[in-house]
Amino acid sequence: MKGVTAPELFWWVILPYIALATFVIGHIWRYRYDQFGWTSRSTQLQEKRLLKWGSPLFHYATFAAIGGHIIGILIPESWTAAIGIPENIYRWFSATAGTAAAIGVIIGVIILASRRMFVARVRATTSPVDWLALILLAIVIIIGIVETVGVNLLGSGYNYRQSVSLWFRGLFVGNPDVNAIAHAPLLYQIHATAAWAVIMVWPFSRLVHAWSYPVWYLWRPFLVYRTRKAQRPNEPGTSGRRWRRIGVRY
Amino acid sequence: MRIMAQMSMVMNLDKCIGCHTCSVTCKQTWTNRPGTEYVYFNNVETKPGLGYPRQYEDQNIWNGGWELDRKGRLRLKGGSRLRRLLSIFYNPDLPTIEDYHDPFTFDYAKLITAPPGTSSPSVSARSALTGREMVPNWGVNWEDDLAGAPQRALGDPNIVAMSEKVRLDFESVFMFYLPRICEHCLNPSCVASCPSGAMYKREEDGIVLVDQDRCRGWRYCVSGCPYKKVYFNHKTGKAEKCTLCFPRIEIGLPTICSETCPGRLRYLGLVLYDADAVAKAAATSDPQDLYEAQLSTLLDPSDPKVIEEAEAQGIPHDWMIAARRSPTYALIAKYKVALPLHPEFRTMPMVWYIPPLSPVAEAASASGYDPDDPDTIFASIDTLRIPIQYLANLLSAGKIEPVRSSLRKLAYVRSMMREKQLGAYREFKIESDDLTMVEAQDLFRLLAVARYEDRYVIPQAHEENAGRLLAQHSLSGCALEAQDDSYGQGHVTSHFMISNPANSESGGKRIDPAIRDDKGRLHLRLLEVSPVNQLQGGCGL
Repeated sequence: MKGVTAPELFWWVILPYIALATFVIGHIWRYRYDQFGWTSRSTQLQEKRLLKWGSPLFHYATFAAIGGHIIGILIPESWTAAIGIPENIYRWFSATAGTAAAIGVIIGVIILASRRMFVARVRATTSPVDWLALILLAIVIIIGIVETVGVNLLGSGYNYRQSVSLWFRGLFVGNPDVNAIAHAPLLYQIHATAAWAVIMVWPFSRLVHAWSYPVWYLWRPFLVYRTRKAQRPNEPGTSGRRWRRIGVRY
Repeated sequence: MRIMAQMSMVMNLDKCIGCHTCSVTCKQTWTNRPGTEYVYFNNVETKPGLGYPRQYEDQNIWNGGWELDRKGRLRLKGGSRLRRLLSIFYNPDLPTIEDYHDPFTFDYAKLITAPPGTSSPSVSARSALTGREMVPNWGVNWEDDLAGAPQRALGDPNIVAMSEKVRLDFESVFMFYLPRICEHCLNPSCVASCPSGAMYKREEDGIVLVDQDRCRGWRYCVSGCPYKKVYFNHKTGKAEKCTLCFPRIEIGLPTICSETCPGRLRYLGLVLYDADAVAKAAATSDPQDLYEAQLSTLLDPSDPKVIEEAEAQGIPHDWMIAARRSPTYALIAKYKVALPLHPEFRTMPMVWYIPPLSPVAEAASASGYDPDDPDTIFASIDTLRIPIQYLANLLSAGKIEPVRSSLRKLAYVRSMMREKQLGAYREFKIESDDLTMVEAQDLFRLLAVARYEDRYVIPQAHEENAGRLLAQHSLSGCALEAQDDSYGQGHVTSHFMISNPANSESGGKRIDPAIRDDKGRLHLRLLEVSPVNQLQGGCGL
């Protein structure tokens, strides 16, 4: 960690760990205490013509983008090199596949964001924490697209696998390479920082629905029966159930 | 054979006057919250009409319920499980708020804040979704009493499915009311459609509910239900539906819609059915045989074999007694006058309807009713003002025979009682193949006299074991613990338990938990708590 200043240490080491801790603890807390609030918060009831195109496009393109990030920053360059993929081929793949995903994401985001902002019925359902999550997500997405399309496809290219990836993987083994990220282009720094912010906000926003994708549905029996079970009473002095007050926005 | 008990409802459409009291009391009880403004667990439709939500009965549009695949196997009409998971980001079959209605309220503040002037202030409609001014153009009951029928009623799927001849008869206009709640089906497609597994059918009484904690708002229950009786709360992002007022049912009280029905047209009671036979019955190839197939899954609670088997499988004794007294079993299976709503959806619905007869008797007497000639009234059933084919499309997948048979029985009861009342000195001459006179009298008692005790036969839920854990925090100490023996017995008719032995022994002086006044009314001592027991922390805690 030679030559690392205190702000750099905070920004690229402490902040990520705070974000990760918030992410984990926040999810545990939310799952235990707010099952009732844990939902995808669909607005299809209010508006479906725009959602029909925007939502599948955004979600599937996002899956592609997440897949790209796994390949790009979790798999070391040496591994892809070992199976005979040189950096320029990789970058070409990354830029084209990434651009395809980016086009899907950006069209989806434009449809969804305009729907959320300009369709009054949809806007009325959006809570402040959801606004925060969606704005952060928009920052991450837009900068990510500029990196993919502007830098790697059309521009001179930047080998993030030699810098950002090293730092990111290092965080998980307790040895983050701060210099690598601290000297990366500003765009990558903003992208990473906004991503940590999204991670921090995640457990408290509607993004939690991502963990509830019901794969289990594929093999469970069609009809579900339940029988009455004894329930523990509420702790004395607590209301137990988390129904919220009528009229309060969610 | 797996015997299960099902709380079921029968509605006598003959008596519905379309007053919407059921809708209003249901709304006040369950859905007067933000997010459920547009939701009516109970609504009353004027038929013919599009219904609520618009054209919900047309499964070519909404793909609700079940269908048979090419090999005759049952599958969800909304597509395979995988298809549902892949299209989870946009449910192609979901109605929008426009199909229900944009819920509105009025800007009432204007009435008192308007500046002084010569004209009376008027209020404008405000959308409950956005708070903006709006012009209401559709509602839960927009078509009340055939309002707008010339433009819209021909879109009613039951009319579309009618033959050309009956279509032309539409000139002689007809209408009746159809109150609807959740059907609490034996083969619920909403439960099967829920990807999260949040929806379930209660084993004890068959009530279908949504677990609010497990629902993740994927919306497939809404599109899976062919009756569109699961709703999406747009504030909480969770599905909600008619609960059959389970908190009331569990203590032996009828649902709020039944309780407050001025026409007294609703019946509540248990039916027993063979759960193993349901899937096969629902897969009956000809939709017109589904009514009989569903009847065949129901079990006779008076059959000694059924009684023995049911009690062996753990159905409580008092529930068996209630099943034998059940008015719904009598109307559905014994007299076969009630019919299921749209059996062709293959969900095996358990809210059944007695088709409306009134216009028949009218027509018969107008054409010179001769009490000695039963054929006049029976013949007129087929020339009913409400086309019998329309009722058949609604209640028996288009098969006329069950509707005709039901109407003939009702007509028989009516003419028999008319004879008894008016022709006191003549012998009753009308005979029927379908009913004996004794049965007809029983039916008369059930349908026309319709006493409260006969309409609602609801055994209390057996919560005694589940309740034990709750007791440790209950106000009166360990009331339930100390009363194990008496509480454990079945109670069929009593509507409340008097379970407060802690009070009755305080200070060595016995205090009755309940007193009876001069008029015989029972008063419960709800607030008296023995101070001794409270200080000691109850008995044995």
